[in-house]
Amino acid sequence: MAVYKRTYKNYAGAPTWTAWRFLVLTRFGLNRVFQSKMMILFVGACLFGPILCIAFVYLSHNPPFLAAFSIPANRLPPVNGRFFYFYSMVQGALAYLLAAFVGPSLISPDLANGAMPLYFSRPLSRTKYVAGKLIVLLLLLSLITWIPGSVVFLVQASVAGWDWTKANFWLEGSIVMGLVVWILVLSLIALALSAWVKWKIAAGALLLGVIFAGAGFGMAINSLMRTSYGSLIDLSQVVHTIWSDLFRYDTGTDMSVGSAWVVLGLVSALSVWLLARRIRPFEVIK
Amino acid sequence: MQAVIELDELRVTFGKRAILKDLSIALFSRNIGLLGPNGAGKSTLIHTLLGFCPADSGKARIFGHDIRTEMDQIRALVGYMPENDSLVADMSAVSFVRMMGELSGLPPEAALERAHEVLFYVGLGEARYRRLGTYSLGMKQLAKLAQAIVHGPRLLILDEPTNGLDPVARQRMIRLIREMKDSGEMHLLLSSHLLRDVEETCEDVLILKQGQIVHYSNLASERRANKRFVEIQTVGNDAGLTEALAGLGCECTAAGTGRFKMVLPEGFELREIYRVAAARDLQLRRLNYRRDTLEDIFLKAMEH
Repeated sequence: MAVYKRTYKNYAGAPTWTAWRFLVLTRFGLNRVFQSKMMILFVGACLFGPILCIAFVYLSHNPPFLAAFSIPANRLPPVNGRFFYFYSMVQGALAYLLAAFVGPSLISPDLANGAMPLYFSRPLSRTKYVAGKLIVLLLLLSLITWIPGSVVFLVQASVAGWDWTKANFWLEGSIVMGLVVWILVLSLIALALSAWVKWKIAAGALLLGVIFAGAGFGMAINSLMRTSYGSLIDLSQVVHTIWSDLFRYDTGTDMSVGSAWVVLGLVSALSVWLLARRIRPFEVIK
Repeated sequence: MQAVIELDELRVTFGKRAILKDLSIALFSRNIGLLGPNGAGKSTLIHTLLGFCPADSGKARIFGHDIRTEMDQIRALVGYMPENDSLVADMSAVSFVRMMGELSGLPPEAALERAHEVLFYVGLGEARYRRLGTYSLGMKQLAKLAQAIVHGPRLLILDEPTNGLDPVARQRMIRLIREMKDSGEMHLLLSSHLLRDVEETCEDVLILKQGQIVHYSNLASERRANKRFVEIQTVGNDAGLTEALAGLGCECTAAGTGRFKMVLPEGFELREIYRVAAARDLQLRRLNYRRDTLEDIFLKAMEH
């Protein structure tokens, strides 16, 4: 029967598994992100750095290539903690920009259009709603941070041999942990701002401001109060401290690693609290 | 027989203000109209049943599932069409309805198929690829209805479904609701302040006032019970008319200047009214012998 001639009837098939149903939000979220050609181009551009790194690692272990261009192998920078520290700095910054572009469009349209009652009148909890949206960002940011970073490590391991891999296996853990922590914090901040600022552009600008304003205020506090505690509100400084510890590369930061972890924990907790306050089926106006 | 909705001393407060005050009732009907003036607690009752507002005390069950412990099961059985605008403006109707279907438990292919079906069913077939933000108010109401029925709920909760609709769109919405209630296993809870909507679609009516149930009845039996209902309009000095008619066994009340409503006793002859009026030199301008309307039931309930 033609679809337009059908009358209403109930769905009689088996339902999907409730526990993973929130991933529907992730799928639709990713679909909406990749509807924008600009976003596809940007994600592609973000992978340019890792591709260069892979090419560098491969060619630096390719004697015919080095001989052809008369490049002495010992003059090339080694692939070590320092290498991956700078890799994380570049890809972490790009992840921050991507989070600022994508994050605001995840929750703010639902809130601005009053769609929350429709989501929560279904078997979907607030936690699952946030998880579904969070995974959109985590997947996107993973795609340009720790996943290509791990590929760079694997390529280096494959060309440098077992001895190098055994001695530097900790690097893989540092790549994954350092970048996963960063993208998790970024994603939580982006979602929290998306939940509180209904205007997408303002939410994106605010996320950019969080880092730049934090850095500015931190410097101002440090110079006015003649202290170093101001750096604790500079998120980029905080994460660089953690990366420098994880990649065993001394950047000369005077912030303790413990306090940097505490700051990231507090920022994440604050973001979760903001999300919990905002993600509700309906707004209670006092 | 299992109750569709069962309330047992249900109490909901916002801050210190009690919005629902110890509601107790079991609703068995297929189609239940929820009526009440603004602020009566209709939307709060719906929100509580959907788990949006926590109940302070008491119990509520939908198809036997407790709202405190079995909310996921309840939400799987319910379709909800909210009163306010709630569609994501930059999504197409088919994409949005499909997403809502999948969130309700439909597999992706089935959700897509049913999204097309329900959009055709509600009359948005030709506009299903358009962004929801470009829809008119009437189309948005229909799209909200489509997302509420895409997964085939057992209980459809409609909160003011005809709000803001022009007469043609309203008639279409009412026809769809009636078709759905007649078509299968679906139960209906329709909240509205428009008495006509409830009268045209529901069998039972629950009236709330200030967070309390002031009336619950079956509309058909109410009408049967009040079949000898008369309204008259007089010109002249009508002092003592109410007492004279009451003396003949009528329940008579003044309903404005020169207007009276009365319920006639069994065996009462209408000519008695003319006789009483003639005896008082009153002109009888109008005499309506009619069934009790929902408006009368509602107004009576509001007097409590």
